[in-house]
Amino acid sequence: METSLYYLNVGSAMFLLIGMALLLGRLLSGPTLYDRVLAVNSFGTKTVLFLAVFSLIIGRQDGIDIAILYALMNFIATIAVLKFFRYSSLDISMERGSGSEEKAP
Amino acid sequence: MNAELLQWIQFSVSAIFLVGGVFFVIAGAVGVLRLPDFYTRMHAAGMTDTLGAEMILLGLIVQAGLSQTSLKLTLIAFLLFLTSPTATHAVVGAAHHAKLKPKLGKYRAPVPGEVPPVKIAPKPKLKAKPKARTKKKAK
Repeated sequence: METSLYYLNVGSAMFLLIGMALLLGRLLSGPTLYDRVLAVNSFGTKTVLFLAVFSLIIGRQDGIDIAILYALMNFIATIAVLKFFRYSSLDISMERGSGSEEKAP
Repeated sequence: MNAELLQWIQFSVSAIFLVGGVFFVIAGAVGVLRLPDFYTRMHAAGMTDTLGAEMILLGLIVQAGLSQTSLKLTLIAFLLFLTSPTATHAVVGAAHHAKLKPKLGKYRAPVPGEVPPVKIAPKPKLKAKPKARTKKKAK
């Protein structure tokens, strides 16, 4: 039963890698900027899953800690990149009415 | 006998969750690659990412049993359940704020191996452009 669980994990890790490769295609050929952001975000989620599966494959717990860290960093990076696209600067308070709102088009 | 039965149940439940999660992950990736428009791609990616991630992590939790590993996996599942829809919402909100237009009308996905019809773009008229610019600035 141990070996069949091992093969199950290896198979799902390989399919996760295939999904990541498909997302790389969208990342390289995305027509707009937001397609690329979407592809990077989804790629990060799949990386978290792959790390969790991989740490169970090799039988060590360290990979799961890295997966927790990667999940948090992925979310923060997406929000930071979107804020940078919108305001062209990261040094802006995101509260409403703080005097840093962009001009109406 | 009893332990063997328990192991078999653990394997089959874990296999069901892992296969379902992998199916959703692959379906989301294919949707992101093949759908025509940014908003439809977002629709494919956002929901399948959340569901596939939760199912794969549930399968791993069933494998790990009651231990520190399963506690950490539960933490990852909780964080992904919070952050993945939020990130989707933020990306769509940013694209909408940047006035990205959705594609309207009929669309047929390109078949691999088929030669797409070549559209020849008309030459831009040089006199028409500055007029449009000045109109935009005046507004």
